[in-house]
Amino acid sequence: MTRNHDASTAHPSLDEESLLPRPTRRTVLTAGSVALGGAGACTLAAPFLDSLRRTRASSAASTQEETVLDISVQDLEPGAHKIVVWQGMPVAIQRRTPEMIRALEDPALLAQLLDPQSRIRQQPREAENAHRSLRPDYGVYVTICTHLGCVPDYQNITSLPASGGFFCPCHGSQFDGAGRVLRNMPAPYNLPVPPLHFVDDHTIRLGESLLSPHYGMNSIQQL
Amino acid sequence: MNDNTHPTRSWLDSRLPFLRPFCQHMTRFPMPPVNLLWTLGACLMVAFGLMVVSGLFLSLHYQPDLAQAFDSVEAMERRVPSGWLIRSIHTGGVSLLFAALYLHVGRGLWYGSYKAPRELVWLSGLFLMLLFMTTAFAGYVLPWGQMSYWGATVITHAVEAIPGIGHGLLVYLLGEDTLGGVALHRFFILHFTLGFIIAAVVGLHILCLHGTGSSNPTLDSPHPDRTTRPFAPFYVVKDCLAVCVFLALFAGLIFFLPGLLGKLDNIIPANPLKTPTDITPEWYLAPWFAMLRAVPSRLGGLIAAATSLLVLFILPWLDQSPRHNATYRPLARMGLGLFFIAFIILILAGMNRATPLWVWLSRGAMLVWFLTFLGLLPLAAYRERQASDASTQGDAP
Repeated sequence: MTRNHDASTAHPSLDEESLLPRPTRRTVLTAGSVALGGAGACTLAAPFLDSLRRTRASSAASTQEETVLDISVQDLEPGAHKIVVWQGMPVAIQRRTPEMIRALEDPALLAQLLDPQSRIRQQPREAENAHRSLRPDYGVYVTICTHLGCVPDYQNITSLPASGGFFCPCHGSQFDGAGRVLRNMPAPYNLPVPPLHFVDDHTIRLGESLLSPHYGMNSIQQL
Repeated sequence: MNDNTHPTRSWLDSRLPFLRPFCQHMTRFPMPPVNLLWTLGACLMVAFGLMVVSGLFLSLHYQPDLAQAFDSVEAMERRVPSGWLIRSIHTGGVSLLFAALYLHVGRGLWYGSYKAPRELVWLSGLFLMLLFMTTAFAGYVLPWGQMSYWGATVITHAVEAIPGIGHGLLVYLLGEDTLGGVALHRFFILHFTLGFIIAAVVGLHILCLHGTGSSNPTLDSPHPDRTTRPFAPFYVVKDCLAVCVFLALFAGLIFFLPGLLGKLDNIIPANPLKTPTDITPEWYLAPWFAMLRAVPSRLGGLIAAATSLLVLFILPWLDQSPRHNATYRPLARMGLGLFFIAFIILILAGMNRATPLWVWLSRGAMLVWFLTFLGLLPLAAYRERQASDASTQGDAP
């Protein structure tokens, strides 16, 4: 017991405080100034980084104009297609013949597709059907390849039942006439369907879906 | 302090051998006992750095195009996130930069920092001042508001006063017959490029200073103090304190008085058919604008304004007195005191309407300007050299 007592008095300063060097007044002041200066520099950087964000639209009206686009399809013959630009994105609108509509349900085609039932959310609910569109005779797809963003060309894929189709020139991804990607292609998802509805028989309004009002390009798996 | 044993440090030193001598020079640089006015250089560096950074971010949104320039500046103010703040830093910063610049030059005048062996420090500094004035003028044209357009018109037409080649030179510089899209693009490129040229000349200015060392304000006093202290940490801390005060002023100006220095006429798009009723330059260019107005002849005004700057360039040879500090030179003290008052009068004159009172005040101020540098300072130098010759002769026997 005396030994223990002696041991503790032999090293009276051997406690936690003395193991660390006592910071001098200068160290504290330097560290404090550097910390404050660093905080100031970060604060100053904030508006500069902020300014790199997207510029606000000049008015609410122009935002509305940009989001909604009415397309007349009166001039489209069955089997023909046209490409329009909506919100800076290419959108292919095809008018299908009865043969093309039948081809979309051909088991020989479905067997080669990655997601034939459109389970992955790349389209609004009302387009989750055999023809992947609102009306069987019209197919509307955003033609931005889901691989790396190139724009696929509209062309028939010769090895498949003739449903129309898309071919991406960058890395060779192939899609059928309903924008569904084939198996073993670089592209992982089907081409997106934009929000749309028919204003009348011959006018498609892009950017607004009546049945899925909250559907937009932000709600899909991948653009 | 064992920097030489730190592995990163020795790795760098063996690959960048100049780095260590450079750092040692910068930190151990011997400083005479200078006062707070010597911190203005550090404030200027900070102000210039802020101008470059804010300018770069503004240039991301600016369109140097006749049809889009005004709208792109308006978009910065209203639609670019935090754009109003960055533009305030740039447009408010220029005033503080020039305030610090003129005080810095005034300090050099008062304490004789232009004298041998610091002539190159003085000349590179004056050259910097001219570059800053040119850059500020070019920058003021860019928003393409009424004041931009008409200010640029008036100043570029001063070039026309040069006999013989004036008109040809003006058209050559503008790139077309009148001030238009080609000139606007040139002003933008000039403004942008000069920022980097200024950075290089600032480096030269500091190089010149570090060759000879800072001047010592106490040498002419009855109690000269020849002790020196290393730049780090003594003057680094002093500079930091001044920079903090400077930044506080900066922030105060930007956040609390944003409208103080802006001109309402410049938020009206440029209209080549309608001159504003009141053309006033920015305060930092006002003295030379007042000179252009005070001389009845167009060429005379141009010569007077140019000469007013030229006399500053030859000052080291006009005033070769062995004494530096004007506090201990009665004649120079009076002359420089009057000159500072004259400079302020010229600023006010340039910003006010050209009434006979202001025109005559500008003429008086110009007289003081030239008399100080061409008369009083050489006279003071002559008498002080005679006095010092007499004293050395008196000591010799």
